[in-house]
Amino acid sequence: MARLTPENVTVALEIIDRYPRPKSAVIPLCHLAQEQDGHLTDEAMTHIAELVGVTSAEVLGTASFYEMFKMEPVGRYMVNICTNISCQLLGGEALLHHAEERLGIKPGQTTADGLFTIEDAECIAACTEAPCLQVNYRYFHRISHTEFDQLVDDLTAGRRDDIPPHGTLARVRQHIPPERKAGSVPPEDTSTPVWIAAAAAEEADA
Amino acid sequence: MAITDAPKIITSRIGLEDGYTLTRYVSTGGYQALRQALATTPAAIADEVKTASLLGRGGAGFPAGVKWGLAPGGVWPRYLVVNGDESEPGTYKDRILMERDPHQLIEGVLLACYAIGASQAFLYVRGEMALAQERIATALNDAYKAGYVGRNILDSDYSIDVVLTWGAGAYIVGEETALIESLEGNRGMPRLKPPFFPAAKGLYMQPTIVNNVETLSNLPWIVTNGGQAFADLGAETSRGTRMFAVSGHVQNPGVFEVEFGVTTFRDLIYAPQYAGGIKDGNQIKAFIPGGGSAPWFFEEHLDLPLEKTTVDKAGSMLGSGAIVVMDETTDAVKACLRLVRFYARESCGKCTPCREGTTWLERILQRIVEGYGRPSDLDLLMDVSDNISPGLTWPPRQTTICPLGPSATAPIASAMQRFRPEFEARITQAEEVRMSVPVELKAPSHA
Amino acid sequence: MPEPEAPPADGVVVEINGQEVVARRGELLIDAAERSGTYIPRFCYHERMRPVGMCRMCLVEVDTGRGPALQPSCMIECSPGMKVETESEATLKAQDGVLEFLLINHPLDCPVCDKGGECPLQDQTMAYGPGESRFLEEKRHKEKPIPISDLVLLDRERCILCDRCTRFASEVAGDPLIHFIHRGNNTEVNTFPGEPFASYFSGNTVQICPVGALTASTYRFKARPWDLETTESTCQGCSMGCRISIDSSRDRVLRYSGVDIDPVNWGWLCDKGRFSHEAVDSPERLGQPLVRAGDELVPARWADALGRAADALRGASSPSAIGVIGGARLTNEDAYAWAKLAKGVLGTDNVDAQLGDGLPAEVVLGLPRATIDQVCAPGGTVLYIGPDPKEELGVLFLRLRHAVENDGARLVEVAPRSSGISSLAKASLLARPGETGELVRALVATTAAEREIAGVPAEAVNAARTLLAGSKGPLTVVLGRPSLGEPIDSLVDAATAVVYARPDALFLPVLRRSNVNGALDMGLSPGLLPGRVSLADGRDWFAGTWPSVPVERGLDTDGILRAAADGRIDVLVLLGADPLADFPDADLAERALAGARTVIAVETLPNSSTRRADIVLAAAGFAEKAGTTTNVEGRVSTLSQRVTPPGTARPDWMLASELALRLGADLGFVDVADVLAEIGSLAPSHLGLDLALVQSSSDGVVVPLAAIDPPVVETEVAAAPEAEGATSAESDTDESDTDEAVPAEPAGPDRPELIRFAGAERPALAPVDAYSFRLVATRKMFDLGTIVQANPHLAGLAPGTVARVHPADADRLGLESGDRAVLRTARTSLTLPVHPDPGVPRGAVALVVHQADATVEELIATGDSVTEIRVETGS
Ligand SMILES: Cc1cc2nc3c(=O)[nH]c(=O)nc-3n(C[C@H](O)[C@H](O)[C@H](O)COP(=O)(O)O)c2cc1C
Ligand code: SF4
Ligand code: FES
Repeated sequence: MARLTPENVTVALEIIDRYPRPKSAVIPLCHLAQEQDGHLTDEAMTHIAELVGVTSAEVLGTASFYEMFKMEPVGRYMVNICTNISCQLLGGEALLHHAEERLGIKPGQTTADGLFTIEDAECIAACTEAPCLQVNYRYFHRISHTEFDQLVDDLTAGRRDDIPPHGTLARVRQHIPPERKAGSVPPEDTSTPVWIAAAAAEEADA
Repeated sequence: MAITDAPKIITSRIGLEDGYTLTRYVSTGGYQALRQALATTPAAIADEVKTASLLGRGGAGFPAGVKWGLAPGGVWPRYLVVNGDESEPGTYKDRILMERDPHQLIEGVLLACYAIGASQAFLYVRGEMALAQERIATALNDAYKAGYVGRNILDSDYSIDVVLTWGAGAYIVGEETALIESLEGNRGMPRLKPPFFPAAKGLYMQPTIVNNVETLSNLPWIVTNGGQAFADLGAETSRGTRMFAVSGHVQNPGVFEVEFGVTTFRDLIYAPQYAGGIKDGNQIKAFIPGGGSAPWFFEEHLDLPLEKTTVDKAGSMLGSGAIVVMDETTDAVKACLRLVRFYARESCGKCTPCREGTTWLERILQRIVEGYGRPSDLDLLMDVSDNISPGLTWPPRQTTICPLGPSATAPIASAMQRFRPEFEARITQAEEVRMSVPVELKAPSHA
Repeated sequence: MPEPEAPPADGVVVEINGQEVVARRGELLIDAAERSGTYIPRFCYHERMRPVGMCRMCLVEVDTGRGPALQPSCMIECSPGMKVETESEATLKAQDGVLEFLLINHPLDCPVCDKGGECPLQDQTMAYGPGESRFLEEKRHKEKPIPISDLVLLDRERCILCDRCTRFASEVAGDPLIHFIHRGNNTEVNTFPGEPFASYFSGNTVQICPVGALTASTYRFKARPWDLETTESTCQGCSMGCRISIDSSRDRVLRYSGVDIDPVNWGWLCDKGRFSHEAVDSPERLGQPLVRAGDELVPARWADALGRAADALRGASSPSAIGVIGGARLTNEDAYAWAKLAKGVLGTDNVDAQLGDGLPAEVVLGLPRATIDQVCAPGGTVLYIGPDPKEELGVLFLRLRHAVENDGARLVEVAPRSSGISSLAKASLLARPGETGELVRALVATTAAEREIAGVPAEAVNAARTLLAGSKGPLTVVLGRPSLGEPIDSLVDAATAVVYARPDALFLPVLRRSNVNGALDMGLSPGLLPGRVSLADGRDWFAGTWPSVPVERGLDTDGILRAAADGRIDVLVLLGADPLADFPDADLAERALAGARTVIAVETLPNSSTRRADIVLAAAGFAEKAGTTTNVEGRVSTLSQRVTPPGTARPDWMLASELALRLGADLGFVDVADVLAEIGSLAPSHLGLDLALVQSSSDGVVVPLAAIDPPVVETEVAAAPEAEGATSAESDTDESDTDEAVPAEPAGPDRPELIRFAGAERPALAPVDAYSFRLVATRKMFDLGTIVQANPHLAGLAPGTVARVHPADADRLGLESGDRAVLRTARTSLTLPVHPDPGVPRGAVALVVHQADATVEELIATGDSVTEIRVETGS
């Protein structure tokens, strides 16, 4: 099932409705598709193109620009080990090499059991907590080699249900209750914002 | 030393277990500034921010109040875009603010939009920050329900939607025009400024104010306590307080909110209440004062205050408030390679010099590190760098659209200026290696 | 590099390399510099597309007061006092640097690259580039050329990521099917997996690619630029008149490229036109005359063939027993010579260049004419009633698209089925076939519509009506045949309505076949003489120069074919016409060819009709003869000879002359220039025209020349053109005084009035038959037509047809998409799969003519006002 499911189409339409231009929803919708399938399939990109009214090539053009979108299946757990400067100074590379040995794969590869993919990541904004890594974009700070092994064991044994499978980011979605919605404002709507107009009016009176 | 007991303006809640919840936020004075603002005019709020002379915290350090004034009058709609893409190497502060005090940010956004007359706000969070996205989504949902966001906020005539949106992994999207492209659903490729200054032609070619997460998080305090109170802190052009992340070879890496403009690098790096000195009692070799894109500083710069103009004059920048400390054990060539590699991987590919040049630089350095450098490589490094950033000056000149390309040359210029012997050593050592290894096996193929 | 021009008045003064230059307001530095003679190197910049400033090759030092800084001159508008250095050390270092960066990953396969020798990257490396490479690493490797469409191949190793092809696809053509993929150093151009770059305009990307990354399957490895010979000419793929250059090598045409002229094609071409060159040296070409011997056509000597033809013509029982069909393939000179032969020598007026699929010549020639530029004017309002431009006049579509997307033009479309411009139109009204006139009457009426009209709801009609009423400047109307199922009188009625309601309206009548407009101008139409005058008005004027002038109005193609079918035509001459394939009523054409005693075909390629002919005269074709052609707006431009015709094939005008001689008359033409000279001194609408004038600019000239016939704008319907002030036709006409170029006032009668369309009777509406559907028959760019089929690379692109009906009708009939249905008309029936399509009006069936799966033509009976069809669910 690579096109978006009916449930996800409903979610997609709510997301699209939040933007002044449908195309602005492309990245969130690609995340939605990746959450559904674990990676971003051609069928999903075509479906997204239909939903926002662009060509599949345009969706691919956007999606392929961003690292997080995987056009091929990846492990259930995407392990991003930071080796950028702050982590490099405190053993990030050593941690990566340890991970390579422990899992028997190189960055970009996936373990035979389909559980793990590791990546040599760029700075993930945890520099004071080096060395650090992310599993499906959940943080692990100041992690030692033994702690890493423990983590791998727990994930393998399914003891970490706080970490959803690859593709799921936030587990809470923004939802704007219709009665509270101010509405998205497209460039065509050139009217002065009410509170600005009001203030100007008072100004005039004074 | 000038360690002051300036108040915690933006980090007051990050110590709290539940600082991110609406209840806690409101019980600690949250959304009072918004009520205050609604009782006065948008112009009044804008003035407070001008008075505060709040510098942008995203990297460029442009005064927020001034930037707001750049949107052409009477042109509607205009938008506010919040830059939460934090990815500059060494930078760690916006994520903390988004994860632990999302309501403070949201209130800041609401104040800004009220002041500038933005019709819609987009809160762009870095794609890799799942928790920040989750906390902001929850916060927004609660704030909408409670009537702080959306239609007729707190029963006033002020209505605005704040849309949570997020990226998917691309450092360049932190650059404001690339961020706007990304927000339009495109590849995050920067636009040329001029003509595309966001304040005039931004999102959907409408006036757009792009502000950093930390910048906006200051607004509730400024509105509650007045711009002057903020301006009374700090020195010269750098007012209020600011968050700095001190990472690398220090005893106690961490993120500290200190008084801006007066605290010195030495304070931050050595004071026990801050980073507590160099790791294992080693000597400092160099430090990056403002994120990966900033030229390196050395011992002689330690007593400079964390003040924008002072640091600029000294030949680097405070950038994103990221201080990375390298001690004597640091391999300058490898550190240099790692940073250059970052820019090569993150180039959007639009400008020829950046797309081709940064990769070329990376491959030359890679060769040097692997023991295949040639004596001529050092001049080549400098000349290729010069073709991306002519003259290797500060502030950098560029043959590119945005500063990313030139950023790749900063570590090279810094390291070569100070540690050239280390590069040379690797090359002479390389000669020996080459003698011991059959060339055809490992030498790079000559295309 | 163009000639430096005179500085514009309201200019901005900037300093380029110490020399003052006056730039236009808002002009880009790179353009201002070029106009003033300083060429700044560039790769991504293209003057017909938005600048992106990507390649960085155009960096120059610009000082706007804050000291010199490197700026991309393709993005910077000239501002007063700007100081620019294009040759300073800093500039040259930056440009060298960029060039080196571009080369480090560029393959060194120039010797086997189509672009080698005409490659900007190669040239600039010679001109500015650094010497040997300092790049020791492995170059980027990608799979060598991959086909991204049937016509275009992509070599990603050579690509320098200038964004030209991708910008063209999205910005100009509106087909964003190729795109940048991946990021940074891995960026490449590509299509979406399994979705080829299927754009009618794909060939333009090959032309604008600054390196050899995009190549055309028709040209790969065919030649090296240095052994190409080049001539400028005008595309004959349709009637748009796009300017092209023809490249040949060893007497073979190898390539057409677009030439950028402002009034027409801006350098663009559609793929049909661009790749149609393979027809020129098609192995099928007729290289010698053929005559019938029993069931077969056998080669003959010219003397015999022409002799037989002359005998047949001489033997005709009366002038009116001779019919001449066709002429769109001809040059203006060919057409004039044949008009003179048919009308002046043979004395028949049964002459028609159209094949019953256009509009009456009186309407086409008689309406106040708009130029393409007027139709596409910024902020203008256009009423479009015609064929789908994307399918039939590709570059007109590009111009309209640009006008709407970039210049705020507003489009109202009236058509019996949605088209390539529907998405661009402010209003796109789907009119029930046969009721276009009704709808247009309502659109220009002074009062609002109260009820649905032609199946269009009143609100929609009135919205569009308001839009048209609010037009700034003249209303322009594009008028043509939107569907072969649309009766001519319904369209004439539409024209009538507009002419009366909007005296300011200007019309662009779109007849699609190559030079059909020139052929009509030259009098290849019943009731007309050359130069847009009627038989009656022109008789005296021509009597002096022509042996004779027909007594009364003759038959049009439909009439000729009917007469032939009834055995009343002794000699039927087909001038590059294939009625069996192209005449809407295939059955009538069939009976006509059977009924005519002698059929003479003058052709370049064999076709279904030549195979039925008794005498086939081999004609020289495009690129094989010089002459002029006339486009849809009445623009006369040159056609050039680039190669020699096959065998002994001859230009049509020459064949006319030779036949005339055999019939004892001398047309008076020794070479083609003589013909144009006579046209310019005799044809009333063309007075003052001569070769020097036509050749004076790639733009050609629009007739009537301003000096002769001031264009009518905003006055009430075309005032009678005046001939006053006319003096000497031989007056020399170089650029300087072209506008004054004034024609002869031959002794004798006054120059006759050009015909004017004053409106026609309002036709009766066919009652709607609730049980049947009405036929909508449109064309695709690629079909079974000769031009397409004679090109191996295009032939396969004809898409075929299905029967499209409105979803509601499909439901009513219980038809699912793909179900086969029987379509039955008065004369025959077809079975086709059905496709529900909201772009078809209720009660209509939309088919595509001239496709393999079905000869839709057979369904059409031109006699009827509309073609009623019964749809019988198959099964
Ligand atoms: C390559 C590049 C990366 C950037 N990354 C970020 C970022 O991650 N976060 C950010 O707030 N600003 C970033 N900036 C700065 C933004 O372009 C912009 O100046 C800033 O968001 C404006 O907000 P401020 O005025 O509040 O600082 C970056 C700039 C460049 C050139
Ligand atoms: S400098 Fe680099 S990152 Fe910036 S726009 Fe140019 S190519 Fe993109
Ligand atoms: S031509 Fe100006 S950047 Fe390419």
